[in-house]
Amino acid sequence: MYPTTFMQRPVPEAVSWALTRFTRLITGAQARWLGCAPVPVQRIYFGNHNSHADFALIWASLPTPLRRMTRPVAGADYWNASPLRRYIIHEVLHGVVIERSREGSTVEPVDIMAAALEGGDSLILFPEGTRNTSDDLLLPIKSGIYHLAQKCPQIDLVPVWMDNLGRLLPKGEIVPVPLLCSISFGTPLRLQDGEDKETFLTRIHDALLATMKSARPTEP
Amino acid sequence: MTHFQGTLLIAGGVFVLLAAASALGAWLKFGPADSRPHALIDNFNLRIQAWWAMTITIGLALLAGRIGVIVLFAFVSFTALREFLTIAPTRRGDHQALVMAFFVVLPFQYFLIGVEWHDLYEVFIPVYAFLFLPILSALKSDTRNFMERTGTIQWGLMITVFCISHIPALLNLRITGYENRNAFLIVFLILIVQSGDILHHVCSRLFGKHQIAPGVSPNKTVEGFAGGIVTAVLLGMLLSWMTPFSAGEAALVSLATALMGFFGGLVLSAMKRDRGVKDWGSSIEGGAMLDRVASVCFAAPVYFHIVRHWWST
Repeated sequence: MYPTTFMQRPVPEAVSWALTRFTRLITGAQARWLGCAPVPVQRIYFGNHNSHADFALIWASLPTPLRRMTRPVAGADYWNASPLRRYIIHEVLHGVVIERSREGSTVEPVDIMAAALEGGDSLILFPEGTRNTSDDLLLPIKSGIYHLAQKCPQIDLVPVWMDNLGRLLPKGEIVPVPLLCSISFGTPLRLQDGEDKETFLTRIHDALLATMKSARPTEP
Repeated sequence: MTHFQGTLLIAGGVFVLLAAASALGAWLKFGPADSRPHALIDNFNLRIQAWWAMTITIGLALLAGRIGVIVLFAFVSFTALREFLTIAPTRRGDHQALVMAFFVVLPFQYFLIGVEWHDLYEVFIPVYAFLFLPILSALKSDTRNFMERTGTIQWGLMITVFCISHIPALLNLRITGYENRNAFLIVFLILIVQSGDILHHVCSRLFGKHQIAPGVSPNKTVEGFAGGIVTAVLLGMLLSWMTPFSAGEAALVSLATALMGFFGGLVLSAMKRDRGVKDWGSSIEGGAMLDRVASVCFAAPVYFHIVRHWWST
């Protein structure tokens, strides 16, 4: 948990406010809570990953009390690469920074995430592991989320589907186009007793697709 | 009638009509609907709210003068283009073309309107954007659905930027004996098209039996079409005092405008159906920007060209 009043941390709070407003303005996205309510309980939000803006959108879509207790899980290779990124991920987003490549790292990423959960915070993570630039809806789900669920089986995992963000700011582009995005929160799930890895990862995959389907507009 | 009296009359008339519609909506909500959710009545009330918002915004822009009008319609174009391209089948390779569409083509078109460069604003999007944007996409060597992607981007620009920009362009026309009154041309266009839309909706609900294009929109009927067009023509004759047209001319201009407006709504409905959506977005209460301006998009260039060809000097 972090100091949460504006007076205690004026600059990061102001940057956070600006980032939230800017993200909501440029994506035009309004959060749809389809499978659960926006209540401040500890959760793991897992989303589809198409764009760097994914973090910002989930984060900006959470109501303030939820946002204050939620930390995005971010790759160290990208977010520690420049002073500005370091400032944003550590001071503004309170990110949990992990090494994506195992070389030279002695701590398991899952242990770092589990430690953050023990502090009482919620997490935002992308179980595909990397941004999806293919034509498929989702990349194969990496096993990290299974190991995390094993360590913290009592925490709800909430699927989050974002549409259009990959088009707003594709990988490698700098200027975003102001297309309208959508973000939907689906029905939470947990690791069940004795559930094996394959079954669980399939459920994670299907939960994301189910959230997408329930959010898409249907014919009148 | 002086300019000032005309302004008062039209502003007062619209205000009274909207106030009456609001009162009717409130009565329907608390009387027959008993404050419970009711699809038809709630939709009616949302539409009235949108009309209030539209009227007040357009009124303020007209008060602010030429620049106000140009900025307002540039914003309308931006919002409508955003809604249009959101459901377009573009791919990563189109990103630079999309950036150009939003941040270069759109502002430049309105800049051309602002500096009254008529010859260029009539060809800039149909010729130059048409030629150059596909080049940007082609350079990315992704050919999947290339025709559909480039065609959709061009269509979006034509409908939401080129067509809508003809509304502020009305201020550029020079009509002898009609100096400083061009804002009335805009008010006239919007009133004719909107009233045609509203009466179409009402007549379709009340008397609609014969669908015009059931595959496109079940709400568009012959009865609604007739009601909308007749209303628009009558209103056009009634309001001819605010235009450079005689009553008979106003009837013909209104007829052309209302017909284009009706078919604009039909074409954009067909596009929505193709993409499997009901509304374009959710930016204005009671429907998205593009849903509100679909008919004006089609009517504006035709109205502009009629006035320019036969009345302007």
